[in-house]
Amino acid sequence: MAIRERLSGNEAVAYAMKQINPDVVAAFPITPSTEIPQYFSAYVANGEVNTEFIPVESEHSAMSACIGAQAAGGRAMTATSANGLALMWEMLYIASGARLPIVMACVNRALSGPINIHNDHSDSMGARDSGWIQLYSESSQEAYDNMLMAHRIAEHPDVLLPVMVCQDGFITSHAIENIELLEDEKVKEFVGEYKPAHYLLNKENPIAIGPLDHFTHYFEHKRQQAEAMRNAKKVILEVADEFYKLTGRKYGYFEEYKTDDAEVCIVVLNSTAGTAKFVVDKMREEGKKVGLVKPRVFRPFPAPEIAGALARFKAVAVMDKADSFNAAGGPLFTEITSAVLAHGATGPKFINYIYGLGGRDVKADDIEFIYNKLLEIAAPGKVDSIYNYIGVRE
Amino acid sequence: MNYEYKLYEPTWCPGCGNYMIRTALKMALEGLGIEPHEAVIVSGIGQAAKMPHYIKINGFNGLHGRAIPPAIGIKLSNKNLKVIVESGDGDSYGEGGNHFIHGIRRNIDIAHFVHNNQIYGLTKGQASPTTAMGHKTTLQYDGVKIEPIQPLALALTMGAGFVARGFSGDIQRLVSLMKEAINYKGYALVDILQPCVVWNKVNTFSWYRDRVYYLPDDYDYTNKKEAMEKALEFGDRIPIGILYKVEKETYGDKFDFIKKGLPLVDRELNPLDAEKLMNEFI
Repeated sequence: MAIRERLSGNEAVAYAMKQINPDVVAAFPITPSTEIPQYFSAYVANGEVNTEFIPVESEHSAMSACIGAQAAGGRAMTATSANGLALMWEMLYIASGARLPIVMACVNRALSGPINIHNDHSDSMGARDSGWIQLYSESSQEAYDNMLMAHRIAEHPDVLLPVMVCQDGFITSHAIENIELLEDEKVKEFVGEYKPAHYLLNKENPIAIGPLDHFTHYFEHKRQQAEAMRNAKKVILEVADEFYKLTGRKYGYFEEYKTDDAEVCIVVLNSTAGTAKFVVDKMREEGKKVGLVKPRVFRPFPAPEIAGALARFKAVAVMDKADSFNAAGGPLFTEITSAVLAHGATGPKFINYIYGLGGRDVKADDIEFIYNKLLEIAAPGKVDSIYNYIGVRE
Repeated sequence: MNYEYKLYEPTWCPGCGNYMIRTALKMALEGLGIEPHEAVIVSGIGQAAKMPHYIKINGFNGLHGRAIPPAIGIKLSNKNLKVIVESGDGDSYGEGGNHFIHGIRRNIDIAHFVHNNQIYGLTKGQASPTTAMGHKTTLQYDGVKIEPIQPLALALTMGAGFVARGFSGDIQRLVSLMKEAINYKGYALVDILQPCVVWNKVNTFSWYRDRVYYLPDDYDYTNKKEAMEKALEFGDRIPIGILYKVEKETYGDKFDFIKKGLPLVDRELNPLDAEKLMNEFI
């Protein structure tokens, strides 16, 4: 019987970490993820976990310590936000390149400068090509569930890649929501023991991690890494299926909401999907055929699947809570439109809205405005502007 | 007084040592007759690093731990500016520790005021690099297990020419320390002890007040050995004042093109001058 609780996103993630009971957690405080190591350090102090907790002097050191721990055969976890993630940057590539399945909670916050502590996705989107698997979470429930599935995906022998579980800073991390938790024993059984095939200090098989890798082999290693990311697609679904049998909660690459007969659709990540569902319900009552697609897995990018899902709509708006500053749309928009083109879906017209940067509130009215814009385009009308911003003074 | 510095409403807690340090800074700048356009405050991230928000002056607020490098860039491009770094113990000695060390080696003419409350205030009470061993915090439930930084001793071993310690509870002396540091030609460190009234219940105002004492008038601040002894004195008694001060050649003075003439920012670049030089080779 599942445990009914009320937890914030940060509490939910820290609780998942307690149940996972990793060997090492290394972290440095940064708003809004500070609470995660803070709650976790209480579990350590109370003897509720057997983890070695390392309060380091910077996020670079946090990721480095996790890399060392994981390379030595341990299970390592950390949590960070914004510039903490940015300071980890070069180490993110070491973790993925050395194929170390570390799990990180990323509580999304806007990158400096100027300094801002509120939510957008510029931090994890900036790390999108660092070789980490990225899972996004609408609620504290999804953050908790994604954390429990993360190790299973990361440590699968066909994958061996680090995983980043993202949730919206403050909106999800600090809001208390109803949540269903699994019993400790079930988590223990589901996550399982970490038994790496290769690790440091193994007297049977001494290895070196990260030595010089010239043009004779580097490319092959990167090709293997790319293949691992492709393999992750299969593993993510297998783990989700097992998780569904355990909990009754279904996860895929993305969630579709009221899309069956929808003519137009919004694609949006994380907590804003919750606001969008409210708007979909309201507009559905008014007889408008609107739907929502909420990606959960951004890395690996489910290109053919998402292109297939979007092909049937007349018009699609992709909402990005990060700007690529490329004069050609946000990161989610460019990924989706390129997937659609590559996989031959010619039906829908696409527009992009950058929204909510630095924690700017996105209102139901904003989302309704976008749906109405899409309905105009589907009427049929024409797309007068592909790249747009909403909720900003111009 | 040429100018009265305007202050803005801060978000610091009532009783925070930062208020006193800001008052001292304002008095030091006004006392030296420095106008807001003649100085710049550079900071990182933290409660102390909010200083540029709360006093009307040129300000550069960058990233956590990274105040020193932009301060170096600012001073080299405009040597006429008085460059002051205001940041906390975490910012300066933790994440910025490497910049602290190498900034001293470079000896740029900047004043570095470190608000040292021996705790992370902004992120709510975790141990900073100066938190004592055994001190229990919101993160270190069983107490801090690693040795604290000894900032003044570290600065001395790195070769800093001006090393001082102040206390936020004595504004008059803090003002004179700040003035001396601003006027010093080269890197000047003032480690300023201040209480964090919310997150540090160990090193309180009275904890500092009962321990600090002023270096006697006959103290020889040019004696490095003695300075090192004073720098390591941090327990029942904590010396306040200039521990060490000697003249040293600044980084800017090592290069004629910086030392002589206008600040780099005011110089006109004339590519045609390069043509003359090139013609010599043709």
